[in-house]
Amino acid sequence: MYTKYVWINMSQKVLLNATEVNIILHRLACQLIENHNDFSNTVLIGIQPRGKYLADRLAEMLKEEYQIKDLQLGHLDITFYRDDFRRGEKILEANTTEINFQVENKNVVFIDDVLYTGRSIRAALTAIQSFGRPKEIELLTLIDRRFSRHLPIQPDYRGRQVDAINEEKVKVNWEENEGEDSVYLVNN
Amino acid sequence: MSELSVNHLLGIKYLQKKDIQLIFETADHFKEVINRPIKKVPSLRDITIANLFFENSTRTKLSFELAEKRLSADVINFSAGQSSVKKGETLIDTVNNILSMKVDMVVMRHPNPGAGVFLSKHVNANIINAGDGAHEHPTQALLDSYSIRERLGDVGGKNVVIVGDVLHSRVALSNIYALKLQGANVMVCGPKTLIPKYIDKLGVKVETNLRKALNWCDVANMLRVQNERMDISYFPSTREYTQQFGVNKELLDSLDKEITIMHPGPINRGVEITSDVADSKQAIILDQVQNGVAVRMAVIYLLASKIKQ
Repeated sequence: MYTKYVWINMSQKVLLNATEVNIILHRLACQLIENHNDFSNTVLIGIQPRGKYLADRLAEMLKEEYQIKDLQLGHLDITFYRDDFRRGEKILEANTTEINFQVENKNVVFIDDVLYTGRSIRAALTAIQSFGRPKEIELLTLIDRRFSRHLPIQPDYRGRQVDAINEEKVKVNWEENEGEDSVYLVNN
Repeated sequence: MSELSVNHLLGIKYLQKKDIQLIFETADHFKEVINRPIKKVPSLRDITIANLFFENSTRTKLSFELAEKRLSADVINFSAGQSSVKKGETLIDTVNNILSMKVDMVVMRHPNPGAGVFLSKHVNANIINAGDGAHEHPTQALLDSYSIRERLGDVGGKNVVIVGDVLHSRVALSNIYALKLQGANVMVCGPKTLIPKYIDKLGVKVETNLRKALNWCDVANMLRVQNERMDISYFPSTREYTQQFGVNKELLDSLDKEITIMHPGPINRGVEITSDVADSKQAIILDQVQNGVAVRMAVIYLLASKIKQ
């Protein structure tokens, strides 16, 4: 009964539909090519858990539609580097890290779906040091929630900038996981 | 979200199957971490752990200490040999004195069975049992099962025989609990004098013929003969023990299938197993040691996440 009540009172607004997501992904892919040419000295790193989908999608697009041959893609889990261990109600659950290449002296592009407080990216900056010393690190996010940063971190490539209050949640859906490409603003 | 059902790791007896699964999934992540160029994560920066070893240990102590350091915890070590225990201080007093220095977690090895359980009732810290007498050694059983899972894919449905000095072995009891919990079939094999009475009540098979046991099993866990715990003669001579219950290459090659050999260490080479068996591809003894660090990191991490701020 309670769940049903919450569902009725939960409003959600479409921020981006499938077509818009597709256009933005193409733009982001082109912007990456502009700065990184053939990606010979660049690696893409999806931040677990949700950045993985965006990273996978961009990598696939760069390979299939823009003929980037040797693209290196990894996934980084930041659970053990977070600054809220034992501080929240929830137990932090880890995800898989998969980086099967050197990051030493590489241009690293972090990829995440939503940039909110910046704390995940802070953790990712620490985590990536365990694998070597990158030449440069950039950040790509699909959604940039303005005015909500806790740390001085900004994206280098952004899909869409969004103004959302703290009670609102930005939910990014992917076809391979949720059945459709879309971005919602959910109000609990 | 998943968390452990317990606040202490006192023995496998107190765990549920889902706890073991959670520990293994977490250990998978830590195994990846300890193979990175920098093998350290900052999770436990604000946690202090005391390693209290009232009994000798080399690899367990090193393994725990390494696990703690790789989680960035602060570590203090204590060995009974150089302490006030010799002056007559009680266990609770010793531990409370250490805890008053703001320690969050205690890893303890103690010669008396039940020391961990006793302590958990009287002091305010999370306790990890690193071996209590001939009772339990839970992290060893966890890393043994983790190593079986890594080699054979799954523990459930596998036949595992524990060979040797079952009577004095905390590794044996913890392994029996852990393996049964995960749905493995367990057999113990050894001289009758070293098999506890009524052990079949735990749901394990008992066999005194090593060849039969090895032909039945997928995995043989060879226990060390614990001479230091033997107050009387349990078998006529080491030579006779080796002839009856020692595993050598000839015996292994004569079996119908290739079995996996484990040993909790330290090995008495030429007694429980010969050197060529210990160093063969069938033995996963060094994998067990490596997995020990990852499994202990998982246990410490999961217990630490239950400590309130």
